[in-house]
Amino acid sequence: MANIITDETIEYVGILAKLALSEDEKKQAKKDMGRMLDYIDKLAALDTTEIEPMSHVFSVQNVFREDVVTNGDESEKTLKNAPGEKDNMFMVPKTFD
Amino acid sequence: MDILAYSAVELSAAIKAGKVTAVEAMEAVFARIDEKESTVNAYVTIDREQAFKTATITQEKIEKGELTGMLAGVPVAIKDNLCTEGIRTTCSSKILENFVPTFSAEAVLNLEKAGAVMIGKTNMDEFAMGSTTETSAYGVTRNPWNTDHVPGGSSGGSAAAVAAGECFFALGSDTGGSIRQPASFCGVVGLKPTYGTVSRYGLVAYGSSLDQIGPLTKNVADCAAVLEAIASHDTKDSTSVERKDTDFTTALIDDVKGMKIGIPRDYFGEGLDSEVKDAVFAAAKTLAAKGAVVEEFDLSLVEYAIPTYYTIAAAEASSNLERFDGIKYGYRAASYKGLHDMYKKTRSEGFGAEVKRRIMLGSFVLSSGYYDAYYLKALKVKAMIKKAFDEAFAKYDLILGPVAPTTAPKIGESLSDPLKMYLGDIYTISVNLAGLPGISLPCGIDTKGLPIGLQLIADSFQEKRLIQAAYTYEQTYSKEMR
Amino acid sequence: MAKQYETVIGLEVHVELATKTKIFCGCSTAFGGAPNTHTCPVCTGMPGSLPVLNKQVVNYAMAVGLATNCTITQYCKFDRKNYFYPDNPQNYQISQLYLPICRNGYVDIETSEGKKSVGIHEIHMEEDAGKLIHDEWEDCSLVDYNRSGVPLIEIVSEPDMRSAEEVIAYLEKLRMIVQYLGVSDCKLNEGSMRADVNLSVREVGAETFGTRTEMKNLNSFRAITHAIAGERERQIELLETGQQVTQETRRWDDTKEYSYAMRSKEDAQDYRYFPDPDLVPVYISDAWLQQVRDNQPEFREEKMARYKKEFDIPEYDIGIITDSKHLADLFEETVAICGQPKKVSNWLMGETLRLLKEKNMDPEDICFSPQNLARLIGLVDSKAVNSTVAKEIFEVMFAEDIDPEKYVEEKGLKTVNDEGALRKIIEEVIAANPQSVEDYRGGKQKAIGFLVGQTMKAMKGKADPGMVNKVLKELL
Repeated sequence: MANIITDETIEYVGILAKLALSEDEKKQAKKDMGRMLDYIDKLAALDTTEIEPMSHVFSVQNVFREDVVTNGDESEKTLKNAPGEKDNMFMVPKTFD
Repeated sequence: MDILAYSAVELSAAIKAGKVTAVEAMEAVFARIDEKESTVNAYVTIDREQAFKTATITQEKIEKGELTGMLAGVPVAIKDNLCTEGIRTTCSSKILENFVPTFSAEAVLNLEKAGAVMIGKTNMDEFAMGSTTETSAYGVTRNPWNTDHVPGGSSGGSAAAVAAGECFFALGSDTGGSIRQPASFCGVVGLKPTYGTVSRYGLVAYGSSLDQIGPLTKNVADCAAVLEAIASHDTKDSTSVERKDTDFTTALIDDVKGMKIGIPRDYFGEGLDSEVKDAVFAAAKTLAAKGAVVEEFDLSLVEYAIPTYYTIAAAEASSNLERFDGIKYGYRAASYKGLHDMYKKTRSEGFGAEVKRRIMLGSFVLSSGYYDAYYLKALKVKAMIKKAFDEAFAKYDLILGPVAPTTAPKIGESLSDPLKMYLGDIYTISVNLAGLPGISLPCGIDTKGLPIGLQLIADSFQEKRLIQAAYTYEQTYSKEMR
Repeated sequence: MAKQYETVIGLEVHVELATKTKIFCGCSTAFGGAPNTHTCPVCTGMPGSLPVLNKQVVNYAMAVGLATNCTITQYCKFDRKNYFYPDNPQNYQISQLYLPICRNGYVDIETSEGKKSVGIHEIHMEEDAGKLIHDEWEDCSLVDYNRSGVPLIEIVSEPDMRSAEEVIAYLEKLRMIVQYLGVSDCKLNEGSMRADVNLSVREVGAETFGTRTEMKNLNSFRAITHAIAGERERQIELLETGQQVTQETRRWDDTKEYSYAMRSKEDAQDYRYFPDPDLVPVYISDAWLQQVRDNQPEFREEKMARYKKEFDIPEYDIGIITDSKHLADLFEETVAICGQPKKVSNWLMGETLRLLKEKNMDPEDICFSPQNLARLIGLVDSKAVNSTVAKEIFEVMFAEDIDPEKYVEEKGLKTVNDEGALRKIIEEVIAANPQSVEDYRGGKQKAIGFLVGQTMKAMKGKADPGMVNKVLKELL
């Protein structure tokens, strides 16, 4: 089933993950991902029809905060590590034309 | 007495008794760091000035009787994926090379409250993805037992620092074995607590449903004391569990009479090194001789744990690591054309190969058309694996097995074949999938002179059983070693 | 004969909830702070931070669900929606896909075509994004995360609407429900209520839906109406010329009255939803559900029916007063104090609406208290002030909620009820206006009006017009 990974798949996943891979990296990624998925396909052998997917191991539920303001002005901390800053805001490349 | 020969708890007792000061302990640690660090490379960041400053203040507090805990005055190393306010936290990645957190992880704060004094931040596999500490952007860490070998990973820096005496104990994180496996490779004790026992607030997430913070220590008593200090119910972590039984040091009892221990036959098949196998079986016999009821059984589904784990962990990681985008903190590519190019260049230059590999895999298994076949399927198998453990723990108090199939491999041997490296996680990762506690402790040394680890696994919230059995074994083992 | 087309519309309405804090952290949701002053590690996506759910958000979402006849999902979860954009600090938005809190509801609307039901597919809880500001000088954008993490509910309708009129009626209905619940300010123009329009066209009588487009950035009823007309036309034109409608997201430009596709090859629209491992499931017990049900307010329809029974005021007035929860509350509270529904209604329908219109304000912006309105009515009733003075006082009260009784005292506005004093003034007025007196005596009844006016002027308005009339007639 390794053939599901095509050049287009790698291209597409690169867009989703925001990774620009070099040609060599793409070749390697195609190989690695194909092998890994073949290995993961082992799981298909298990009958899971009656099984509920488990996203949390424990049945902890209803963890809430009360609607009370606990934070003050933390903008100085917030912006401390910003690679680009202006007027107390994060500076980013233009988002629209 | 050589200060470095003390365990953490012994050191604190000696400081409180006035035999040694926290500053002297710190001096001893730094003397060892100066001697070893150039070859071992256990740390990414060391803050010598801050360490001595804090040690001095801590000594004063101890003298005034303000600090009385079991870890007061003890120098500690922190894995570099735990946020430390004002101290660079890199996750051993280029993308966070200049990131200075504005808050400290809850576990770190708990240690500060207990009076432990931070030395610095330890090296790791980048974003905790790896089993050798070779994927770090800040150089490999070497195994203090034999510097041609890896220390294991991803908490390799923490394990190596403890083994080399470059700290008295360390914190690590364990998503698929990242505390237990390096502890095993470096001959120290490492414990992965029940999911939810230690707050994840301030731990830079890899696989959020699997990550737990835990201790790496010189012995089981230290391990219990550290776990007691860091375990807490934290309202900032929704998955944090409220436990009343966190007095783990009360379980340091030399007795396993009547304890039922199961050995999964499936753990001793193909791929397991014979020396490891022999050492682990010998450990089982030691516990049986102490009165434990030891028998073999079929755990089932063991071979499915790795594909399940890598699907879930990669999926969560692909999402958790989206925030590293060059906007709010960390590395930003020097030149780019527009927003999307900035994202791509920043992330491609900032992440290493293994991290990119897992992000790609994770993005794929969540993508449209594959979610059910891969991600949802993995969540279902996870439920089955949990059930298999539930059934095992209906019969046994503990499960005993190896930590890893082999002892520490040589540097450079593992990365060329990722899948083969992943297979090395076979004995540790199902514990994370099921949210269970597991401990790794030394049980022998192979003919290459490298440590062998023994793993004990307990049912959820049964750390005390784990600690009691590990302590009992350690009493006999350390006598034999002398 | 030309083909007849039917427009099929479904709406995704985002409502910003009026909680004090954000959905996953203790930062304030208040408007108007300097950039990034309402932020913390959680709502700016700092490494190691974790979300904890604000319980009030669940209460509010449930209340809206119950009011829109939804089934409440008693075991619901949060999922991550993954996409990269600078206003989204984690590059995933915490939302609900697999188990949204409300499903399968409806609301009834009324248009010129009659009554109809619009189905609600689901309502889910999610977090808002930050704000992007374009910086012309540096040719870059700037991000402010103050709105990042403000709680939203997204109300997704079924494709049940067929015209802009129905869409507006549906939105008005939602606005009313949300406002009566007090869970949001619900202002379209301020962004606390936002609507995305999904629209397709098909030939009348067709069984299947056509390909739909989604239009964003619609921030007024006017924009929605124009966008619907424009998009309907665009799609029909495509079909008539043998082309196909592409399923896409389009952005409405209200100044150019034109929509354009928000297409980008970097935009795969594959959100890779999966359950958020950092949040635990929400289990809503029957008791909790009942508690929210018990706390539901009286909605407009019920209120109108009750007013009709309880108060002797025109149906038209009831309609206007109940059109705003705030106005209705003000009405009821004032009536509770003074017991005069008709007079309270008159003040609201007359002066209040006039001033709102004049000052371009919403009923929610009214600041005067029911106590003060009741006092003013009392002053008029006891003839302490006449209606002209009362209106003047009301304007001041409308502006700054003054206590009319104190105000009258301070400004000396009390009507002079001393008949002797009044008689003296009137005598002077009569003496000063012989012509009018003559006219009146000669049979010109209207002339008395002028004399009343002169008297009021001399009294600086502080006279009871009834008494002035009476005394004047006596003296003449």
